[in-house]
Amino acid sequence: MNLIFAQETAAAIAPSSPLNDIWFVLVGVLFTGYVILDGFDLGVGALHLFTKTDEERRLMLNAIGPVWDGNEVWLVTGGGALFAAFPEVYATVFSGFYLAFILLLLSLIFRAVAIEFRSKRPEAWWRKTWDFFFSLGSVLSAFLIGVATGNIIWGIPLDGNHEFAGTFFGLLGPYPILLGVTAVALFAMHGAIYIVMKTEGELEARARGWIRNTIIFFVLMYAATSFATLLYIPRMAAPLQQHPWLFAVPLLNILAVANIPREIHLGQEFKAFLSSCAAMVALMALFGIGMYPHLVFCHTEPANSLDIYNAASSQKTLSIMLIIACMGVPVVLAYTVCIYWIFRGKVKLDQTSY
Amino acid sequence: MDVLLLSRIQFAFTVGFHYIYPPLSIGLGIVLVIMEGLWIRTGEKIYHEMARFWTKIFALTFAIGVATGIVMEFEFGTNWATYSRYVGDVFGSALAAEGIFAFFLESGFLAVLLFGWNKVGPKLHFFSTCMVCLGAHFSAVWIIVANSWQQTPAGYHIVGEGLHARAEITDFWAMVFSPSSMDRLSHTLMGAWQAGSFFVISVSAYYLMQRRHLEFAKRSIKVGLTVALVASLGQLITGDISARHVATNQPAKLAAFEGHYATEPAPLYLFGWVNENQQRVQFGIAIPKMLSYLTYGDANKPVTGLNDIKPDERPPINFVFQTYHAMVAIGMLLIALSLFGVYLWWSGRLFGEEPWVQKFVLPVMVFSVLGPQLANQLGWFSAEVGRQPWIVYGLLRTSDALSKVVTADVVLTSLILFTAIYLLLFILFIFLLNEKIQHGPETEKTPDEVHPVSPTELLDHHPRA
Ligand code: HDD
Ligand code: HEM
Ligand code: HEM
Repeated sequence: MNLIFAQETAAAIAPSSPLNDIWFVLVGVLFTGYVILDGFDLGVGALHLFTKTDEERRLMLNAIGPVWDGNEVWLVTGGGALFAAFPEVYATVFSGFYLAFILLLLSLIFRAVAIEFRSKRPEAWWRKTWDFFFSLGSVLSAFLIGVATGNIIWGIPLDGNHEFAGTFFGLLGPYPILLGVTAVALFAMHGAIYIVMKTEGELEARARGWIRNTIIFFVLMYAATSFATLLYIPRMAAPLQQHPWLFAVPLLNILAVANIPREIHLGQEFKAFLSSCAAMVALMALFGIGMYPHLVFCHTEPANSLDIYNAASSQKTLSIMLIIACMGVPVVLAYTVCIYWIFRGKVKLDQTSY
Repeated sequence: MDVLLLSRIQFAFTVGFHYIYPPLSIGLGIVLVIMEGLWIRTGEKIYHEMARFWTKIFALTFAIGVATGIVMEFEFGTNWATYSRYVGDVFGSALAAEGIFAFFLESGFLAVLLFGWNKVGPKLHFFSTCMVCLGAHFSAVWIIVANSWQQTPAGYHIVGEGLHARAEITDFWAMVFSPSSMDRLSHTLMGAWQAGSFFVISVSAYYLMQRRHLEFAKRSIKVGLTVALVASLGQLITGDISARHVATNQPAKLAAFEGHYATEPAPLYLFGWVNENQQRVQFGIAIPKMLSYLTYGDANKPVTGLNDIKPDERPPINFVFQTYHAMVAIGMLLIALSLFGVYLWWSGRLFGEEPWVQKFVLPVMVFSVLGPQLANQLGWFSAEVGRQPWIVYGLLRTSDALSKVVTADVVLTSLILFTAIYLLLFILFIFLLNEKIQHGPETEKTPDEVHPVSPTELLDHHPRA
C-alpha cells in the first residue's frame, strides 16, 4: 500500500531521462564490487584467530596482502559515487548514523594498521595484540556494514527535510542486528574459500573445515533473515510477486550457495569462489530490487522517503559522471584483473612478505 | 562547547593529520621513479638497493595516508551534512573522479610495487612505480580541484531557496579550472615534492653523520637535493602567483594575510603582530609598498583593506597573518638550504672531511625534514582559516553547513576517540620509521638468492618482461 503510494509520487516527478536509474544501478555495482572484494578480506580477518601458528597467520595476511588496499578503494569510490549522484542520501545517512559510521571508521583504521604493523616486530605479545585487532576490526566492520544495510531495509525515521529523526540505539534493532550477523557469516564463508584457494598444506586443510562450518552458519542466518524479511517487511518481496521472473534471482542465489560444497569437494576452489561471488551478486541484486526506486525508506512517514529522484543530483552532473565512469571503470577493471593475475596461485612467504 | 566549534576542531585535526602522509607519498613517489629509472638505465646495484629501501618507507606512509583519508571522506557526510547537500552536485563528481582515476590506480599498482619484485620483470615493475606515482599526483589533483571550488566557486548556479538551496553544476571545465585551482595545485604539489625530498635528505644526512651506508647515503642525498632545489624554487614561483590571485579572488583573505586595514598602497611585512583592536601591525619590519608592487606590478596601486570588508565577513586576522608569514619564512629557509646543499655537493665538500659540514650542515639537514611538514600545515591553515567565515566562499557560511541532527556530545565523543587513536598511530609511525631507518638498506644478496640484482640478470629469470 505504502509502496504503491510512494511509487506514484516518485513517478509524478520523475524526469524522462534514465540517468537516475543508471546511477541507482552503478552505485549498486560499486558497492557490490566492494562486498565481493573486501568481503573476503574481512572474512579472512574474521577467521584469523582460528589459526594456530605464527606462520599460518602470516600466510593469512599475505594471502590478502597485495590486494586488500585496492579492495577498500571500492568503498571509497562507492561512497564518492553516492555523494555525487545522491547527495541527499549521503548527507542523511552519514549524519544520521554518525556514531555507527565513526565506529566503522575506527574498525577499518585498526584493521589496516594491524595488517601493516603486525609483522614489523618479532615479539609474540606484539604480534598477538595486532592479530587481535585485525580480527576485531574485521568482524566489527562486517557487522556494522550489515547493521547499516539492515536499517536501510527496515526503514528509518526521517522528517520532512529528510533529516534523520531517530537515535543511535534505535539503529540497533533486532532486524539490523540479524543482518549484521548474517554479513559476518557471509564474509567468513567467502574468506574461507579464498584461503583454501590461496594456501596449501595444513592451513588449507584447516580452511576446508572452516568452509563447512561457515556455510552452515551462513545458511542458517540467511534462512532466518529471509524469514524475518518476508514476515515483517513484505514490501521487499513485493516486486517479486509483481514480476515473477525476478524469482530467478533468489533461485540463482540458492543454487550458487549449494554449488560451493560441490565444487570444493571436486577440488575446484576457484569455481567455488566464483559461486560465492555469484551468491553475493544475487544478494545485492535482491536488496536493490526490493528497494527500488527508494534509497532510504522512511517507515514512519513513507512520503519522507528518499528515492532516486528526490535525492539525486542534477541531470547534468549525472551525465558528466556517467562519462567519467565510462572512461574510468573499464580501465580500472582491466588492470585490476591483471594485478590479480600477477598474484595468482598459492602464497609463499619471501622477503617482501608481511 | 558547541557543535560548530567541535566539528571544526575535529575536521581541522583529522585533515591536518591526514596531510602529514600524502605529501610524503607524493614526494617519495617522484624519488622512487627517479631511483628506479636510474637502476633501469645504469644497471648499478646500488640504485636497486635505494629503490627498495625507500619503497618500504613509502609503504608505511601510504598505509596511514589511506587509513586517515577514508575518515576525511566520511566526515563530509557525518559532520557537514548541510554542506554535502549544498555542494554535492558540484563537488561530488570531483570526489568520484578521484576514486576512479586516482585511488584505484595508486592502490592497484602499489601491489606490484611492494610485492612484485620477484613476480614481474624490471620494466613492468618500473611501470608500476610510475603508475603509483601518477596515482598519488592524481589524488592531489581532484581533491585540490574540489577544495579550490570551495575557495573560488565557478561554473555553477544556485537552485532552490532557503533550506533547500544548492549549487548545481553548469560547466564542468569551469568548475575544474576554477580561478584558483591550477595555482593551488602546482603549489601543493611542489610542497609535496619538498616533503618527500627533504625526507630523503634528512635520512641520508643522518647516515652520513653516522658514517653508515655511505655509498647509499651519497647517492640518495644527490637525488634528494636535486628534487628539493627544483621544488623549493617552484614553491616560491607558484606561491607568488597564488598570492596575486588571492588578492583578486579573495580580497578578505589577502588583507588578513598581511594585516592590511585601510585600502591604500600596501607594505609587505617580513614579520609582525596584528593588533586587531588598534587595527595595525606592531613589532614588524616592512618593505613599503612592496605588496602593491608584488600584487599588481605597480607600487602605488591600492590593495583592498579589511576596512572595506564587512566585520562579519572577516576571517581571524592575526592567526592567518602568523601562519602565512611562517610558511613564507620556512619557504625561504628551504630555498637557502637546498641551494647551499647543492653548492656543497658540486664543490665536493658535502662528502669531504670538513668538520663544519659534519658539525653544522648535516645536523641542519637532518632536521630539515620538519620544514616542509610545518609549512604544509601552516599553508593549509592560512588557506582554510583565511576563507572563514565562509565554507564555500561568498555562498555558504561554515556555521550553516553543519549536520542538523548531530549533537555536541556525540561530536565530542568522536573527537576524543580520534585524538586517542591518532596519537597512538603517530607514535607507532615514528617508532616503525625509526626502526626502518636504524636497520638501513638491505645490502644485496648473492645472485643465487631469491632475487637477482641487475635488470639484465632479472631478464634471464623473467623471459616475458
Ligand atoms: C612545503 C610547503 C610550502 C612552502 C615552503 C610554501 N607553501 Fe604556500 N602553501 C602550501 C605549502 C607551502 C600548501 C600547503 O600547499 C598550501 C595550502 C593550501 C594550498 O593550496 O597550498 C599553501 C598556500 C599558500 C597560499 C594560499 C593560497 C590560497 O589560499 O588559495 C599562498 C598565497 C602561498 N601558499 C604562498 C606561498 C609563498 C609566497 C611561499 C614562499 C616561498 C610559500 N607559499 C611557501
Ligand atoms: C579538498 C580538500 C579540502 C576540503 C574540501 C576542505 C574542507 C574543509 C571544511 C569542510 C572545513 C570545516 C569548516 C571550516 O571550519 O572551514 C575545513 C576546515 C579546515 N581545513 Fe580544510 N579542506 C580541505 C583540505 C584541507 C587540508 C589538506 C588541510 C590540511 C591541513 C585543511 C585544513 C583545514 C583546517 C586547518 C580547517 C579549520 C579551519 C577552521 O575551522 O577555522 N583542509 N576544511
Ligand atoms: C578533506 C580533504 C581530503 C579528503 C576527503 C581526502 C580523502 C582521501 C581518501 C578517502 C583517501 C584514501 C584513498 C584510498 O583508499 O586509497 C586518501 C588518500 C590520499 N590522499 Fe587524501 N583527502 C583529502 C585531502 C588530501 C589532499 C589535500 C591531498 C594532496 C594534496 C591528498 C592526497 C592524498 C593521497 C596522495 C592519498 C593516498 C594515500 C597516501 O598517499 O598517503 N588528500 N584521501
